[in-house]
Amino acid sequence: MGSSEVSANAGAGTASAGDLQSTGSDRLLRELPIGKIGIWWFLASEIMIFGGLITCYVLMRIAHGGWEAEAAHVKWRLGAANTLVLVTSSLTMILAHYSVERDDRGAVSRYLGITVILGLVFLGIKTFEYWSDLREGFTPLSGMFWSFYYMMTGLHAIHVTAGIVINAVLFVMARRGTLWPRVQQRVEFAGLYWHFVDVVWIFLFPLLYLS
Amino acid sequence: MAEQVHAQGIAGSQIESHHELGFLRRYIFSVDHKTIAKQYLSLSLFMAIVGGFTAYLIRWQLAWPETSVAGWGYVEPDGYNAIVTMHGTIMVFFVAMPMLLGAFGNFLIPLMVGAGDMAFPRLNAFSFWTLFTASMVLLASFFVPGGPAAAGWTSYAPLSDNPLYTGVNWGINLWIIAVALEFASFLMGGVNFLTTALNMRARGMTLWRMPLMVWMEIIAAVVFLLSVGPLVAGAVMLLLDRTIGTGFFAPDRGGDPLLWQHLFWFFGHPEVYVVALPGFGVMMEVMPVFSRKPIFGYRTIVTSVIAAGLLSFIVWAHHMFVSGMDPRLATPFSITTILISVPFAIMVFAMIATLWRGSISLKTPMLFALGGLASFMLGGVTGIFLGSAAVDIYLHGTYFVVAHFHYTLFPTVFFGGFAGLYYWYPKMFGRMMNETLGQIHFVLTFVCFNAVFIPLFLTGLAGNPRRIYETTAYEFLKPVQPLHVIATIATIVLLLGQFPFIANFVVSMFRGARAPQNPWQANTLEWQTDSPPPHGNFRTIPVVFRGPYDYTVPAAAQDWAPQSQSDREIGLAAAGG
Repeated sequence: MGSSEVSANAGAGTASAGDLQSTGSDRLLRELPIGKIGIWWFLASEIMIFGGLITCYVLMRIAHGGWEAEAAHVKWRLGAANTLVLVTSSLTMILAHYSVERDDRGAVSRYLGITVILGLVFLGIKTFEYWSDLREGFTPLSGMFWSFYYMMTGLHAIHVTAGIVINAVLFVMARRGTLWPRVQQRVEFAGLYWHFVDVVWIFLFPLLYLS
Repeated sequence: MAEQVHAQGIAGSQIESHHELGFLRRYIFSVDHKTIAKQYLSLSLFMAIVGGFTAYLIRWQLAWPETSVAGWGYVEPDGYNAIVTMHGTIMVFFVAMPMLLGAFGNFLIPLMVGAGDMAFPRLNAFSFWTLFTASMVLLASFFVPGGPAAAGWTSYAPLSDNPLYTGVNWGINLWIIAVALEFASFLMGGVNFLTTALNMRARGMTLWRMPLMVWMEIIAAVVFLLSVGPLVAGAVMLLLDRTIGTGFFAPDRGGDPLLWQHLFWFFGHPEVYVVALPGFGVMMEVMPVFSRKPIFGYRTIVTSVIAAGLLSFIVWAHHMFVSGMDPRLATPFSITTILISVPFAIMVFAMIATLWRGSISLKTPMLFALGGLASFMLGGVTGIFLGSAAVDIYLHGTYFVVAHFHYTLFPTVFFGGFAGLYYWYPKMFGRMMNETLGQIHFVLTFVCFNAVFIPLFLTGLAGNPRRIYETTAYEFLKPVQPLHVIATIATIVLLLGQFPFIANFVVSMFRGARAPQNPWQANTLEWQTDSPPPHGNFRTIPVVFRGPYDYTVPAAAQDWAPQSQSDREIGLAAAGG
């Protein structure tokens, strides 16, 4: 009887006095690894940065028009090749994560290594593309389209570089058996980041190269 | 018996030193959330002095133009622009956020949810030192050639976009860098807030038993996270415009200055709530304690805050009714703006209902909470005026707007902040503050704050534009000049009125009475451990039996029921009996 009075008095703040049981969703939250909340927080902030940038690009292009002439000069074949490279690297990243779950250390380091190489191939193609753009006279100051092009792909390339470094560190850690236990969860987090970088490119490619 | 548990006061401050750390590790590069909170607090109070001094310079110039400011000298027109810019930047980014999120969030979240520390302690320290670097960059900009940023705290393009327009080159570049570092710092801080509150709660601390302060902090952190990204991109674009010569915001190079305003206010408006919500959180912690009543409508408040957080993303263009954006957008943004007043009205009414028939004691924290609530209402109501496009077209860019946002931010940042400092000071520093000095401080602050900004509402209604150097230069503004003089005199008294606080804050740290464990007889977990809490916060991690606001429970032996005490411990029959 006493406890029911407490509940009535305390309003909604007390579901039932003395009750220690967590609800289902509450327990679910507690069991989330903190690293996973951390990586999703980071990705959410990144999504807002790239999302803001992409929205600016789309709205400016709709509002001002006349960018087609500038956009016609992008090397869409190189962009398409890079799309293929990056999507493939997402596959190898998934295979690395899958191998972690199977506890196959050799496969993990092999797939991480391939992912790193594909990332470097992407950067190589991108560098060649920048070089040919610049040689043809298309600089970040050549017009609004090119300003956005260099800014968006440049910011993306910085993220690819960061992803390569992360994956390379994990590759070394996976090859050294002593660091193996620490690698396992981190492959998942690195994978989340790498897929994010891939997804950003999936947006950038049609918006910059195909439109 | 339960009273004796609380009467025992502090016993174990020795526990704190069980980790023998060097000076640097303990005070400078500490990873303890309580020390980091104090670092944020120190930075915030220091920057508040700088920000307060800029307010003094601005007000002096407006009341007595072309006279030498006492203690400073002449303020030149360019210098005036810089001072106005720095006042806004410092107060919002380097006083309000470090105080309400940095200091209170860091100190309270682990203590209130019953955790030993934050989820990522090293990230927490890194977050503070990033903010410290940002502050140094901002302060350094005072000393570069051309002076600090002078394009307003909103840094509107194209004014900010080309160094020729303001005559300030490095000042604005450093401003962009400082603000970007500040964003990075609070993004890193925010992940700790959310993770700690979701993941590290003590046993029994369900989401619906978390103190409202914790809810406010995590909702503020999430709103910040989701609003700041586009402005980070915008800041990079602005920096590129200024340095390498792209034209994102330059109309002569195919860019669009309105884009900056959209990016800025998509962040800038939610930012108001990022700052305001923790201020409300403080008031909502203080009011039940000093009314000895449960908070009114706990779940309704949480739901309202979440609704306000969501709505805050679709109101930004009410800052742009006269900017030249498509006027057809005005009506939808007016509607959303007036809608967002509903959750805030719910919060205000919930606070008033909490006071109703309470057993109110007017201690300093409560005075500041009440003063904040009363003042905020004027800010909220004038917000509805400005939210409707028809009224805003007349009032936009006048002192009415200045008075309006000072009436929303000053109550939440300073009244809320002072309420929190007076309330949690015993827990932070283990000493009580002087009550008389606190009440003097409150009276001076409350009276002078209103005496500054009520006149400014009137000058704004008379059509006085903001951001002009010399109001006396305009014939139609001559009649309102006496109001500027009143506001300036009140500002000076308001600033002098902070000295009782500074003295109280410093002297109490050494001479104040030893604080007992729970001086205010409050329920939340931070009061169920030593003052100040030992390293690791709790001798044993508490178990939570109830919500945070069980005051005046019928048939209980005392009029408060700490969250960590079961029904039996507070003198009720066994649960269910």
